[in-house]
Amino acid sequence: MNERPPEIVKFDNVGLRYGTDPEVLSDLSFTLFPGSFYFLTGASGAGKTSLLKLLYLAQRPSRGSIRMFGKDMITLPRQKLPDFRRRLGVVFQNFRLVPHLSAFDNVALPLRLAGTDEAKVVKAVSDMLEWVGLSHRAQAGPATMSGGEQQRVAIARAVIARPQMLIADEPTGNVDPDMALKLLRLFEALNNRVGTTVIVATHDVHLLKKVPESLIMRLHKGRLSDPTGALRYPPQPKSRPAPRKGAA
Amino acid sequence: MKGSVTAKLLPQTRFGGPIPWVIAILIALVVIAAAGGLSLRNLAENARADLSDAVTVQIVEADENARNAQAEAAAEALGNSRLVTSVRVVPEAELEQLLAPWLGESAVSEDVPIPALIDVELTREANAQEIAQLQTALDEALEPLGGSARIDAQSEWLRPVYDALAALQYLALALIALVSFATAAAVWLAARSAFANHRDTVEIIHLLGGTDRQVTRVFQRSVVRDAAFGAFVGLILGLAAVWLLGQQFAALDSGMVGGGGLDVVDWAVIGAVPVAGVLLALITGRITIGLALKSML
Repeated sequence: MNERPPEIVKFDNVGLRYGTDPEVLSDLSFTLFPGSFYFLTGASGAGKTSLLKLLYLAQRPSRGSIRMFGKDMITLPRQKLPDFRRRLGVVFQNFRLVPHLSAFDNVALPLRLAGTDEAKVVKAVSDMLEWVGLSHRAQAGPATMSGGEQQRVAIARAVIARPQMLIADEPTGNVDPDMALKLLRLFEALNNRVGTTVIVATHDVHLLKKVPESLIMRLHKGRLSDPTGALRYPPQPKSRPAPRKGAA
Repeated sequence: MKGSVTAKLLPQTRFGGPIPWVIAILIALVVIAAAGGLSLRNLAENARADLSDAVTVQIVEADENARNAQAEAAAEALGNSRLVTSVRVVPEAELEQLLAPWLGESAVSEDVPIPALIDVELTREANAQEIAQLQTALDEALEPLGGSARIDAQSEWLRPVYDALAALQYLALALIALVSFATAAAVWLAARSAFANHRDTVEIIHLLGGTDRQVTRVFQRSVVRDAAFGAFVGLILGLAAVWLLGQQFAALDSGMVGGGGLDVVDWAVIGAVPVAGVLLALITGRITIGLALKSML
């Protein structure tokens, strides 16, 4: 019998509405465990981005409760949010690079916000930019970069601080198939070697096959279905047993 | 987060926006108002110090010999008072010189009798009862000579001037308060506008784990930079205006206006105006950004 590890995320009957509009997310109850790799799928407008916003603490739900890293996020004072956000890496759908900063400074931002020594920042960022193939574009501003380059910068920024949980919204949407595969391998490496919990939102069903051990969460009109048993404990991946104990 | 890195999070405007220049104008106004207020205060204090412990005795007598005799008797009577430190009968030539601008050649002719004037310095500012006692002493001294004298306490006839100077000082203070309020309002508007323009960047910093303090520091740096530039320019403009006004008043060559000069402490106060302006901008900017951040998650 598998020992139940502490959940990294626990949603209980969560609903989200914007203003007085109907709920875009309804009755979401699920648990995510450390060291797992999840795909979040669903058609456009299904609520993937809204769910990710709840996960990366950009939005509070209209109802229900959310626990992350063992803490209740609903009652958490906003001044304590940065501590939790620093445990997350986020690849936004529209990249959200700081427009006045170079690629280098954008990637360095999470480390600098966390107060990392500048010598370590330079080394880590240089290595990361080399890995995503953007060393030659280190001083380029987002406005001068292609969509694919911006996406790679956004991904580099998301993973530079080795987050406990990586949340990526359509991270391979603007890159060629080779780069998409390379990025997925990076996510896998983080998942396998560092124990990072990875959640990738995508509507590309072909992508799901590239990570066979992944678990799939499917959103349909704001409600969650569980085709692979990803939301149950223990998770039931196709080719991988339960996540490593204490991986996070 | 290092300062140089923080500074880069917002685009550098090179003082292209209106705020540094608005602050420059406001600081210049405060410098002028402060210099004016301090000058008026000095002027009033000097005038009061000169005149409050002095009285003038006037003897109106058409006959010159009788007038001189009465003046001598009055001076002697005044000299016997413990309240009086010095007595000076103003020479006739000096009186003629004083009156010449108004009376012209008549001042030196015998056609217009000029009253005798006695400048009396007192040990301190005399009250009404003490002035009355002096008046009695004079009356007693002049009665045998068939004359009379009138005492004018100089501080009394200058009271409306003091009141006017005090009112001008309050006006200067009110102007400083209003301009300070306007400066705070300008910074508040600028900070809110900057925050609105860069809200997306703030959200990104937040989502990457940035704290309110780090975000505030980013905007604070920009506000202080603009305010410091504006305050420096405003100080220069204000000092130039004060110097120009000083030259104009000095040209009047008036003894009373001469008492309105500024001393080292006054210049230090004026020099502190831009520093206070920058501090005001810093505090206003910090509060504005703090309130704006509270509306975000």
